Amino acid sequence: MTNESIDRGGAWPPLIELAIARLREFMREPEALFWAFVFPILMSVALALAFPGGGSKPAIVGIEAGPRSAAIRDALAHAPGVTVRDIRAGNEARALREGEVHLLIVPTDPPTYRFDAARDESRVARLLVDDALKRAAGRSDPWSAREEPVQIAGSRYVDWLIPGIVGLNIMGSSMWGIGFSIVQSRMRKLLKRLIASPMRKREYLLAQIGGRLVFLAPEAGVPLLFGAFVLGMPIHGSLVSMSVVCLVGALAFGGIGLLLASRARTFEAISGLMNLTMVPMWVGSGVFFSSSNFPQAMQPVIQALPLTALINALRNVVLEGATLAAVARELAVLAAWGIGGFVVALRIFRWR
Amino acid sequence: MIGVSCTNLVKRYGDVVAVDGLSLRVSRGECFGLLGPNGAGKTTTIEILEGLLEPDAGEVEVLGLTWKEHERELRQRLGVQLQETQLADKLTVEETLRLFRSFYHRGRTVDELLRLVELESKRRSWVGKLSGGQKQRLAVACALAGDPDLLFLDEPTTGLDPQSRRQLWELLARFRQQGGTILLTTHYMDEAETLCDRVAIIDHGKVIAEGAPRELITALGAPRVVTHQGTLEDVFVALTGRHLREE
Repeated sequence: MTNESIDRGGAWPPLIELAIARLREFMREPEALFWAFVFPILMSVALALAFPGGGSKPAIVGIEAGPRSAAIRDALAHAPGVTVRDIRAGNEARALREGEVHLLIVPTDPPTYRFDAARDESRVARLLVDDALKRAAGRSDPWSAREEPVQIAGSRYVDWLIPGIVGLNIMGSSMWGIGFSIVQSRMRKLLKRLIASPMRKREYLLAQIGGRLVFLAPEAGVPLLFGAFVLGMPIHGSLVSMSVVCLVGALAFGGIGLLLASRARTFEAISGLMNLTMVPMWVGSGVFFSSSNFPQAMQPVIQALPLTALINALRNVVLEGATLAAVARELAVLAAWGIGGFVVALRIFRWR
Repeated sequence: MIGVSCTNLVKRYGDVVAVDGLSLRVSRGECFGLLGPNGAGKTTTIEILEGLLEPDAGEVEVLGLTWKEHERELRQRLGVQLQETQLADKLTVEETLRLFRSFYHRGRTVDELLRLVELESKRRSWVGKLSGGQKQRLAVACALAGDPDLLFLDEPTTGLDPQSRRQLWELLARFRQQGGTILLTTHYMDEAETLCDRVAIIDHGKVIAEGAPRELITALGAPRVVTHQGTLEDVFVALTGRHLREE
């Protein structure tokens, strides 16, 4: 067979035709385009509004009613970084719980502070208030330190957040895009029809991943550029480094998506599998808050998760300009997930 | 020359024996039909012959080759149209044909295929927007993409209106005229009578009668019939006491 010349009647080789077909189907699906592009921007905007981070937020304190409350209010009136908020009587406990105030001052002599020491804002508020009240009562300090304020670009929450959102987007669009379309093709018996032809199974699977990669550039690029130009996030990584990280990430989640879709016969089944896989990573991989918050015992598992690896690599590259060599470990984790997922999927894939 | 042969095929699904010791021989250049009611084992049989299903017992040879040893070559030389396959809705007719054509080392051009199945005017339409008859014609066109020696068709005209059925029959007749072999399944007696050189009547996974339609009718159907010219339906009723289709 290798001696005969192959005439494909003007068509490209099957792998390319399969990828092109997958791409066409994706582009003709309006919802998919929304989720791939518009959603991450909306997310970034919403989060930027919720966490403006332009300068530190003031400590908000409430003062319970009492004979000395007016004196305390005056003492705090000029305290830097402290804002007094009025609370209705009887509402104090609720205001503390909801975070409307970080600290409640009971106007005893000396004052009593009511706050949850587990909350950082409350501990800061307690220190600022205590300092202000003691100064007002006449405390003198042995020395005053000099201050040299340093503004580090890229240290806001929103800067830290955007690479996380990009990682989330790459994961979501790779997994949903591949998973659903395969299950749908299986349900339509299209997979069975395809394997009745000379099409090679591994080429079909590769094309599912390949077809998605074309959109990787805008999917990752748009939120990053939005973050840079609209939200002021600094981009220190080189284009090559960022592209490689995003590419390896997309390949990793492509392989995982293939694996999850390898046997599911219904949309319910594939949705369940996708959620089961993605939700722990939404929570544990450091998208919205640092994964180091979780106990030490869980860290090895967390670090092995593909989304953790992708987001860590993206943050290092984008915010700190790390080279590819510096994120080699993360890239290796991603590559292992991608290749492993693909190999196992090919073996257990249900074509009928 | 043998197109397809199978000997003592058996396929079980749990307790159910879908194919129960079935043997067939289809010659090159003939159109052979598997006729039987729903659940008779036609689809299971044809899927085993198409290399999509492994039998529990029995031998299969297609074009003188076995699936175990010659799958790659066989796939290049066969065309298959499966029951109930839905092609991708959002690709055009043209794009779908091009995709299937890319799998083969030789075959017809997309333009030729469109002409063959009379879908030229629909080449840029999305598959999802085609009528039932047009979708079936596209499915047959995909099966013809590699210029196959042998066509497997599973219920090719089920659910089609009379005109679409006739169009498809004409298409298949032309394929045969050019030397192609066809193995099809159907539960329509008129289809079996019109298209097929020979027919095997299948019930409960077994062949209960085999031969040219006219011969079967003469031998088994005609004597029983008073009101109309004997049909294969009558043959089936004579053999089993049931109808081909539960009306």
